[in-house]
Amino acid sequence: MKKNISNLSPADNEGTENISVDERREFLKMGLAITGVFCGGTIISATSAVSRVFASAGAYADKYPYKPHYSMVLQVDFCIDCELCMEACVETNSVPDYGWRTKILEYEKPHAIGVKREFIPILCNQCNLPQCARVCPTRATYKDRTHGIVMMDRKKCIGCMTCQLGCPYNARYFNEVFHAVDKCDFCYKVRLSAGDNNTSCSEACPADVRIFGDLADPRSRVYRMVHQLEKAVWVMRPKSGTKPNIFYTKGWPLS
Amino acid sequence: MEGTEKTARTTLNEIEWGVANRLFSGSLSYYVAVIISALLVLAGTVAGVHSLAAGHLGTFNVDREVAWGILIAAYVFFVVTSTGLCLVSSIGHVFGVKSYMPIAKRSVFLSIATILGGFFIIAFEIKVPWRMLIYNVISPNLTSNIWWMGTLYGAYLVLMMFEFLFLNINKHRFAVFCGFSGAVAGIAAHSNLGAVFGLLMGRDFWHGPYMSIYFIASAMMTGTAVIILFHYLAYKVNGESLEQDKPMMESLDVVRRLGILLITVIMFFTSWKMIAAIAGAPGGKYEAAMALVSGPYAFNFWFFEAGFGLLLPLVLFYMSKGTDLKMMFWGSTIMLIGIFVMRYDLVLVGQIVPSFYEYGVNEFNSLLKYFPSFHEILITLGGFGVTVFLFLVGEKIFDGHKVDPHH
Repeated sequence: MKKNISNLSPADNEGTENISVDERREFLKMGLAITGVFCGGTIISATSAVSRVFASAGAYADKYPYKPHYSMVLQVDFCIDCELCMEACVETNSVPDYGWRTKILEYEKPHAIGVKREFIPILCNQCNLPQCARVCPTRATYKDRTHGIVMMDRKKCIGCMTCQLGCPYNARYFNEVFHAVDKCDFCYKVRLSAGDNNTSCSEACPADVRIFGDLADPRSRVYRMVHQLEKAVWVMRPKSGTKPNIFYTKGWPLS
Repeated sequence: MEGTEKTARTTLNEIEWGVANRLFSGSLSYYVAVIISALLVLAGTVAGVHSLAAGHLGTFNVDREVAWGILIAAYVFFVVTSTGLCLVSSIGHVFGVKSYMPIAKRSVFLSIATILGGFFIIAFEIKVPWRMLIYNVISPNLTSNIWWMGTLYGAYLVLMMFEFLFLNINKHRFAVFCGFSGAVAGIAAHSNLGAVFGLLMGRDFWHGPYMSIYFIASAMMTGTAVIILFHYLAYKVNGESLEQDKPMMESLDVVRRLGILLITVIMFFTSWKMIAAIAGAPGGKYEAAMALVSGPYAFNFWFFEAGFGLLLPLVLFYMSKGTDLKMMFWGSTIMLIGIFVMRYDLVLVGQIVPSFYEYGVNEFNSLLKYFPSFHEILITLGGFGVTVFLFLVGEKIFDGHKVDPHH
């Protein structure tokens, strides 16, 4: 360190005007991350949650593993529990009444000041380190190498349900008609593979809760919402270490 | 070498006659037991086939949150028992500890009978079992503990069958090789079964290395109970006096002593598992542990797991001094009842804390409930039927698993 300083001291001051925007952001992020750690860990840290989706810090520090890297950001404070997303999902993906691919959870705090209820939509988190795929004995469920969606190869599913027990997000159920486990695939089989660029739940949502897109594309909304510092972005059950691709946030103006 | 010469001289016809004579030499209670066990197998098969045909939704009480029920618990119980039988019996005929040798043949046979009971249950628990036979082979996932467990148990069954064959035709070198390989496969398979639970990130109560280690110790404890119980019953079935079979009595005494040691080991394991799950109230683990200590599983835990599974057998085994067979019989019987409840609690309590419990949402703010369905109970009883039927018939076919004193 001393050697570096002595090497640098005779050099001219470059001035702050020469520091790039990216470098400034990195510096700010580092500061905020340190603050977050002292405030009680990364969960309440105001840094971007994007690092949580990288399968390993070294391998994916500068790039996303999938192209497109499908992701969804959920603006929980906009959700009104109209369940149109659930209806659209059922219709699009032939989900039976005993199962669900997406659901809206209700959190109530009667003595809270102001808003007393909150709705939390949940679905498969399309994890970068999916435990379901690791535990499946026959590779019936797998992480697609192109788009990163956790897919089901129904003909290989033996119905042991280990994937469901390995999933920290309760995202799977056994479909008696398919004779296989069923789960959210971001409507890949029905819509995305046919050229559509949105999921049925996102399209059906009247409150702009579900924003679907490519996390690797700087022009996409999901990219802009996740790669920023002003608003908190978090993932569910981060301790599971599965690097989910579903992000949660609050307080964004309608756009 | 008397046995070898006799085998060599015996014609196929004579063997057939011998088996037939022995099969028709049973008492009335023997045939009642055979018929009941066969009916249980039949009932379990009918229930299993019906659940496959009619769908599991209306026939099993498992759901997406509690996805594993009594059938997984019973499967674990049977494979734990089988591994335990293999490990305890291998002390004698594989590792050469003489006092364990008289129990070898029957224990190896029972390890086959118990794992077949387990396979019977898992065949109906898996929702699409025929795909397992195909895709386990052509699409294996080497990171999956359940794949390793299934594959290794398959190898284990084959090895145990060969070991039993070689023991019966007095090919002891081959028997030792198969016994050793079987024990290795059994330990690998069984610790992988522990890892099936222990490496599930979504379930805090199971997560960690504890399950794999605990399963091996627990298997040996179960093995001692099963050896004592079934040897006691076998002598009744064959109308012989166990007290007068000195080498067997000595052998059962050392098994009893091993049982006492392993009960204390499991007590130690269980105590620290519970203390670790309660101290500091770690999320997910704490709620499950408290369900056992003072919640909906408290009676199961204190009465069956602690009382039946550990404390009472410890007292009875100790007090029997290796001579009071009745006491040893009751000790091993209630121990097995307690162990079955241990497996049930282990499987269920690991799932009763919902995934989103920590968020306090209305949908998942309480512990989940499960009670087995009629179909599930019948299939479980079918598994017991398989083991008991094979034991009873095996006693007659293999002539009480007589041990050649020269080996």
